[in-house]
Amino acid sequence: MCRVLEAIVGPRIPVEELRAHRLRYATPTVLFMVARVLLLVSIFLPYWHMELEAPQYPKGLFLTAYVNHLTGDVREIDGLNHYIGMRSLGEAAAFERAAGVWMVVAMFLLVEGAAFVHSKWAVLLALPAIAFPIVFVADLYFWMRTFGLNLDPGAPLSASVKPFVPTVIGEGGIGQFKTYAEMGTGFWLAVGCAVLTIAGFVFHRRAYKPLMERARGALQEAAA
Amino acid sequence: MRTNERKGGKRGAVVAMLAAGTILGGLAMPAGAQQEGRRRRGAAQEAKAVELAPDQVAQLTKIANERKLNVDDLLAAAKTYTPSGRHDEYVLFSSGGQSGQVFAIGVPSMRLLRSIAVFTPESWQGYGFAGKDDPVIERLKFKGTLNAWGDTHHPALSETKGDYDGQFLFIGDKANARVAVIDLRDWETKQIVKNPLTISDHGASFVTPNTDYIIEGGQYGTVLGYGYALPEDYQKSYRGMVTMWKFDREKGRIDEANSFALELPPYWQDLADAGKLASDGYFFVNSFNTELATGGIEKGNPPFEAGVSKRDMDYLHIVDWKKAEEMFKAGKATKINGFPVIGLETSITEGLLYFAPEPKSPHGVDVTPDGKFMVVAGKLDPHVTVYSIDKVKKAIAEKKYSGKDTYGVPILDFDAVMEAQVELGLGPLHTQFDNKGYAYTSLFLDSAVARWSLGGDFAKLHSEQPWKLVTKTPVQYNIGHLSAAEGDTVSPDGNYLIAMNKWSVDRFLCTGPLLPQNFQLVDIAAPGTAMPVLYDMPVGVGEPHYCQMIKADKLKSWPVYPEVGWNSHTQSLDPRAPKKGEEGVTRDGNKVLVKSIAIRSHFSPEHVEVNEGDIVTWRIVAAETTQDATHGFCIGAYNINLSLEPGEFEEVTFVADKPGTYPFYCTEFCSALHLEMMGYLHVKPKADSVSDARR
Ligand SMILES: [Cu+2]
Repeated sequence: MCRVLEAIVGPRIPVEELRAHRLRYATPTVLFMVARVLLLVSIFLPYWHMELEAPQYPKGLFLTAYVNHLTGDVREIDGLNHYIGMRSLGEAAAFERAAGVWMVVAMFLLVEGAAFVHSKWAVLLALPAIAFPIVFVADLYFWMRTFGLNLDPGAPLSASVKPFVPTVIGEGGIGQFKTYAEMGTGFWLAVGCAVLTIAGFVFHRRAYKPLMERARGALQEAAA
Repeated sequence: MRTNERKGGKRGAVVAMLAAGTILGGLAMPAGAQQEGRRRRGAAQEAKAVELAPDQVAQLTKIANERKLNVDDLLAAAKTYTPSGRHDEYVLFSSGGQSGQVFAIGVPSMRLLRSIAVFTPESWQGYGFAGKDDPVIERLKFKGTLNAWGDTHHPALSETKGDYDGQFLFIGDKANARVAVIDLRDWETKQIVKNPLTISDHGASFVTPNTDYIIEGGQYGTVLGYGYALPEDYQKSYRGMVTMWKFDREKGRIDEANSFALELPPYWQDLADAGKLASDGYFFVNSFNTELATGGIEKGNPPFEAGVSKRDMDYLHIVDWKKAEEMFKAGKATKINGFPVIGLETSITEGLLYFAPEPKSPHGVDVTPDGKFMVVAGKLDPHVTVYSIDKVKKAIAEKKYSGKDTYGVPILDFDAVMEAQVELGLGPLHTQFDNKGYAYTSLFLDSAVARWSLGGDFAKLHSEQPWKLVTKTPVQYNIGHLSAAEGDTVSPDGNYLIAMNKWSVDRFLCTGPLLPQNFQLVDIAAPGTAMPVLYDMPVGVGEPHYCQMIKADKLKSWPVYPEVGWNSHTQSLDPRAPKKGEEGVTRDGNKVLVKSIAIRSHFSPEHVEVNEGDIVTWRIVAAETTQDATHGFCIGAYNINLSLEPGEFEEVTFVADKPGTYPFYCTEFCSALHLEMMGYLHVKPKADSVSDARR
């Protein structure tokens, strides 16, 4: 049991080795730390924006998505969407929004764990954080598609508006509205987190691979 | 190795600082700022510096010649034309005269922004069309019957330290002696108080420098408390009065319980103005008919117009209102018709009231921005007479009286209190001020605006001789009031002046025998003799009297109501407002309650079935939060129409006494499917008449 755990967690760094190569071992830890901080900060920042422009809304309408909530002119956009039979935005991604903060906190802890695991298994722990931005965009697209393609056929304007997939990034349009969508600061912080985590692993491998090999060698020697 | 270690440590610190900075920055950044930062489109177009190319000059010249415009006309157009989307610098709040309304007009464009219903039911605003217990109708009633119109005269913007604060607007109704309170957050009338002493008034409304009180001066002598007496008893039984309405700014309402009045001799009190700065604590009221004429043309007596204008001097009333307030609080007032009135005798013995002689049937009394002088316009005398508050105070202290009036009120010696007399022309009525040491007086008979120079500290601001006529600009025609930008406050702006002309005669296309009034915009920005008229605005709704011009950025108007379910009568969220999911019809005996939600583009419910004779209460909320997404709600043949502004809640009660099927619909063009925003009220006929209806 202890051996399995040891194999997963990987070898500890001998004190004299740490003293001799502090930078080598500190680099992945610091990169992981910054990555974690970026991810945590991203909770408070918008992940995605959409601006809707139409003649009778000179100030535009705005939609801003955070990991856990939706702000902006949600009420007005819902009101307009009812004409084409789109469900209200509050019904979209309900699970994701409820779990969003906890998922980020979990990813934060996993990356923290990755800093303590010196074996290859560390990659597994950090994988969610690395994949998160892609998953976010994919989920957004999924909901936009689901909502856009499943319009209520009994809606007032269903005869004149055909089902469509709203644009997730870039320019789109529906009726007299032009839409402009782009990712927000929070999303880019999450991307930064993923990049730093990947970079952390490059240094992680460089630091711990020799240690691992040495430890494996010692083990084989002992076995022999 | 050591250097490496140090570097590593440093890097760690830098990274930690960066991280901390990101966190703090992220937390401190509000979501709103993020959103604003996202705005790329839709911003108002920036003005570019104008440089006319030769071909453009030619084009402009051609148009000017074709339209017969001279260079002054082109300049006037350039000074007033306001491109689409550009906002006016000032808002003019004007009385609407017999329309019973208030008008808001943009300056310098002179575009009518909107009207505000006050004393007269007005259907667009749904003012007075909310069924049988409509609070609007209730407040318009006098002794139980609907008094469905008013004659709005003098608007007064609320003031803080003598300057407009943009919070409230008050206006008097001359015909019925009422004062209304308008909340300038939603531009709606919130309260109307009826003067308990007098039927009609004139000197309403004027505010004290911090809007502690709203002054309502009377006009025609009456028997206080709506009493009865014949003209033979005029001197004995008739009285004048001035009422001090206490204003509760927090509640946004007049506090009737803490208001009081002063009894005055039955002269015809006219306009008033509150003192400020040097004269704070006093207010001033003009009077005419100190002759105590009682008319009677039918008996061969001189008519009022002659009898009232006989004497050379009338009395400027000088009232120490702070002292009067003390007397009221000390219980020195007696009640007339349930309202506390400080009697004439108390006023005389306690020194609350003094008179100063003023020339011949004056009209306006206007206090200079520094509060040191009171300007009285003679109406039937070609002068304005300027009184000094310092001299008034000195004369009172030294008891420099020239006598007492019939009722024992001390009359201050004219020469002791008069500072200057300035000859302006015929029919001076009202005076306003600018920021350059000039005063502006309307000349009714001359049909002109006179610019004249002030003395005292104001003499430093201009290069003229003090107390002298500088120039006159003809206006068309018969100017009554005038209003300069913030021109009756402690800090006038100058810039613009409005001449409120009673007659327009030939200024506009003939509109039948009833012609509009003419508001003329006068450019008073340049000192000296240049004072051109820039624009004529016809006002074809009632005859306005006074108006006030406030800097537009002082108004903090709500774009929509703060929350969905807002009751604009109480200015608070109403717990009775139906919420989503509560829509429907319930019955209790013959009482039917309809809970309805209006949202683009439907009402819910759409069919309401009641029985003939039911008492129907319809609660309806506009579940909108978008600017200008207003709905209406009307039931034809039941005299019901509401204006449901975004977020607004209203309640309508009516007796369903006319059987039949009635379409109800949204009276505001709210959306593309506005016509579809309707429903049916089915009033089921009483049992025996069903078959008749079918046939
Ligand atoms: Cu509507």
